[in-house]
Amino acid sequence: MPTGTEHIVTAYSDELTGLAQLIAEMGGQVEVAIENGTKALLKLDRELADLTIIADQRIDDMQRRIDDMAVSMIARRQPMASDLRAIITAIHVASDLERVGDMAKQLARRSLKLEGMNLQPTFYNGVKNMTALVLRQIKEALDAYSNRDSARAIEVCNRDDEVDAMHTSLFRELLTYMMEDPRNITPCTHLLFCAKNLERIGDHATNIAERAYYLQTGKQLTSEVQELQRTQIKA
Amino acid sequence: MDMVAGKVKMTQQSVKSAMNPTDMLERPIRLTARDVTVHYGAKQALHGISIDIPDRAVTSFIGPSGCGKSTFLRCINRMNDTIEGAKVGGTIKLDGEDIYDPSLDVVELRARIGMVFQKPNPFPKSIYENVAYGPRIHGLARNKTDMDEIVVSSLRKAGLFEEVKDRLNEPGTGLSGGQQQRLCIARAIAVGPEVILMDEPCSALDPIATAIIEELIDELRENYTIVIVTHSMQQAARVSQKTAFFHLGNLIEEGVTEDIFTNPVNKQTQDYIMGRIG
Repeated sequence: MPTGTEHIVTAYSDELTGLAQLIAEMGGQVEVAIENGTKALLKLDRELADLTIIADQRIDDMQRRIDDMAVSMIARRQPMASDLRAIITAIHVASDLERVGDMAKQLARRSLKLEGMNLQPTFYNGVKNMTALVLRQIKEALDAYSNRDSARAIEVCNRDDEVDAMHTSLFRELLTYMMEDPRNITPCTHLLFCAKNLERIGDHATNIAERAYYLQTGKQLTSEVQELQRTQIKA
Repeated sequence: MDMVAGKVKMTQQSVKSAMNPTDMLERPIRLTARDVTVHYGAKQALHGISIDIPDRAVTSFIGPSGCGKSTFLRCINRMNDTIEGAKVGGTIKLDGEDIYDPSLDVVELRARIGMVFQKPNPFPKSIYENVAYGPRIHGLARNKTDMDEIVVSSLRKAGLFEEVKDRLNEPGTGLSGGQQQRLCIARAIAVGPEVILMDEPCSALDPIATAIIEELIDELRENYTIVIVTHSMQQAARVSQKTAFFHLGNLIEEGVTEDIFTNPVNKQTQDYIMGRIG
């Protein structure tokens, strides 16, 4: 975590660094979980699915550890200004990451249900593309957070429209397959839920980016700011 | 279920009042200071302080030892006049009136702008006399009944009456530290001030006595303009609506308390309130 100047009490600095490291570690595990969850889904890999489901417990544990650390620091250090924002933001980001972990777990679970069904490779294309996009969103949001990069945070928020658009188009596509052949209804419904999960992951990436913006600027990223940014980009 | 909902609602309301609405910047200005300088002999202690103090709100001055916050506070009721070699420049106005106007009666001014000090300093007199002393020399009571009323209402406003009502004739010095400090607040209130200055009023008190004083400050701000110097940033964050940060005789940053403690603009302010090495 870039701090500029050090605290007079070095143990306090160490704790803040520890908290930032824990968030980074949790972020890394969540990224792996999304990758593995979708891979399990696309390849119907039972082993990887089980692995992803078990790994989610570790992500949940990390969230609890982050919460405990944050509460303890608030109680003992009475953080102020950007230190206070760092701690409050850590609580929020950990909570968002925990939810993303759950989504990844659900993707993995869904793959177990799809086993033995008639799945055509074309069904998967949209899910594959959407996964790539939300993974990028999560990565960028976490980078914006750890580098305290508000400009990048705004980019992530603005790009969420792409995720939503992709979700809508995937919804239509899967609907078409269902109408073509009623036997596609069950697998495509499962995939619809997967698409919804990915769309939710995108929302959590936006949340994390908003926290990153707040962490750096001390201001909430409102839609007006985003709008302003959009017009600036267009101009 | 309804009870739960009711409870939640109540909590939210109490939080709202405790958070102090940030509309304080729209409050009328009571005191204005412009380019205030103080020299102690050859040494300059304040380098041109300009600040507006809002009416009926708590303004806190924070900063490291020797930053000039107490010096500036003492300028507001001309306490520096009593220090030999101290020279004050610039202007300080109370309701537009220059408090350094030579024709102004300083005793009168100090009745309008009261002060409470770091160490409780009751007179070696009875509790009653401690409060009655000021109104008597200012001729605020026509008779004993008037005086009784002033004493009781001042003690009440200072949140002390219930604790001392049966021993008003006992010496004020026999009270606990926190009670003595509230007695000093009652003494300041008794002469009907508009502004109350407090110089680290809780630094000699335990946390419970401190909390009682802080609660009192929160009540008093309904009727008085309060300026408090404190070493405790947490205290400034808890009791004040406006905060000013001093460093090496300069006013570095001032603003709504919430902003100063969550998102200060100046690097020096940030380092100070976050406990970093600047």
